[in-house]
Amino acid sequence: MPDSLPGQLVNLLAALLLLIAFAMLSQRRVLSLVRLFAWQGVALAASTLIVAHTTGQTHLYVSAGITIALKVILIPWVLHRAIDKLDVRWDVETLINIPTTMLAGIALVIFAFALATPISQMASTITRSTLGIALASVLLSFLMMIVRRKAIPQVIGFLAMENGLLFAATSATYGMPLVVELGVALDVLVATFIFGIFFFHIREQFDSLDIGHMEKLKED
Amino acid sequence: MSYAPGIAFQILQSVFVVLAAPLVLGWVNQCRAWLQNRTAPSIWLPYYTLAKLFHKDAVIAEHASPLFRLTPYILFGCMWLAAGIVPVLATDLPFAPAADIIALVALFALARVFASLAALDIGTSFGGLGARREMLIGFLAEPAMLMALFTAAFISGSTQLTTIVETLARRELAIYPSLAFAAVAFLMVLLAENARIPVDNPTTHLELTMVHEALVLEYSARHLALVEWAAAIKLFAYMTIGFALFVPWGIAHAGDWAGLPFALGALAVKLAVAGAGLALIETVSAKFRLFLAPEFLSTAFLLAVLGMLTHFLVRG
Repeated sequence: MPDSLPGQLVNLLAALLLLIAFAMLSQRRVLSLVRLFAWQGVALAASTLIVAHTTGQTHLYVSAGITIALKVILIPWVLHRAIDKLDVRWDVETLINIPTTMLAGIALVIFAFALATPISQMASTITRSTLGIALASVLLSFLMMIVRRKAIPQVIGFLAMENGLLFAATSATYGMPLVVELGVALDVLVATFIFGIFFFHIREQFDSLDIGHMEKLKED
Repeated sequence: MSYAPGIAFQILQSVFVVLAAPLVLGWVNQCRAWLQNRTAPSIWLPYYTLAKLFHKDAVIAEHASPLFRLTPYILFGCMWLAAGIVPVLATDLPFAPAADIIALVALFALARVFASLAALDIGTSFGGLGARREMLIGFLAEPAMLMALFTAAFISGSTQLTTIVETLARRELAIYPSLAFAAVAFLMVLLAENARIPVDNPTTHLELTMVHEALVLEYSARHLALVEWAAAIKLFAYMTIGFALFVPWGIAHAGDWAGLPFALGALAVKLAVAGAGLALIETVSAKFRLFLAPEFLSTAFLLAVLGMLTHFLVRG
């Protein structure tokens, strides 16, 4: 038996979120990565809005608003500026074997789904079936942070992970309390700025944004 | 129960598919020419080409074995059979129980094996090169195709295309994220399997890039006509499989003559849209290096698997 229409829409957006997570995993260009991140924010905000409208949880409207303001507009803009200033606009990252990463991603998704299925069967929220997807996108962002070697994609992986967490919160319990969400949003914003500063320091030190160079910092 | 109406429908569909396939190809070429600001060739051009080829004398290499002569007929037969099984105009055709989706994929594989063998048979370097590339693409595309088909099969609980179409067309309207994934995966497989642009360029004779053209390079006249016709039917069959899985509305039931005009109209609209879309994809995307084809197809496989997993998770 299919869910109600809002439930279906949330499922669709959840699937979109997962798809974008995979696209980010395989995206080589920094600029496209930022764009994908912004789209993930749009999907997240849309699903939050639908949940807010269906359940009448007014604080979720605020949450969706914050998501749009921060993750669709502000943070991509900050990242764009950083990319411009660092002059890495056309950077193409050589990734280790995309098919292998993808297969690892599929394994993570299966793991997350298997983990979430018993939980979602007990839940009664309209978003119950999306918990697995939220968990999967968190794990995929982890994977992205692990396999990327440049600083900016790693930061985007971190931010995408936060998207997945927010989505998990929305799907499991209709969102966190507003205070917590505001706090997290502020944290993410501050983190982005600090990362931005880090970019420049890393660049200054090593003439590149490759995190691998940091291993040389060890004192013998 | 009388089989006569069903059989009449089967014959009608089989003839229709064979006759309409070059038209679809012509339409795609015409759209592509428009999009690229060229003067479009006539939509009937594929027919003229076929007619011209049938009137020529065939030239066959001295050392060609009977396999080489036989292959065009096998290709044509495989594709024709496939197009007869897919519910194009009507479901529940008498041929339909002959093969489910797995057998259908195997039928395409059979055609591929023979095309590659024939290309190797002649012993030219291009033939071997084409066969190798074709096999590379084929073995990567097949699992993706099967996974995409399985997603639809899981939703409808059967691997019979007829049952899938019946279930999907008559269900209550609902959004299936899993089918959306499967649709994208299927589209990517369609592009790869039919020698379309991101993977292969159907109009090139540049040895570095050609796949399909390298396979059929040694064929001429009526053999080439049959091979090209088979390729057109293959494209048609893939498109109609896509319609059957993802936009099954409007299809008639075998023996239901009243539903036939509507089914024809629906099919024509779907084909026109799909053909224009295909031309659009081919225009906006650049051809990949051959070594990126595995990446492209593994993405298709990934999407198909994701679709299947999503189906289990959200039951839709």
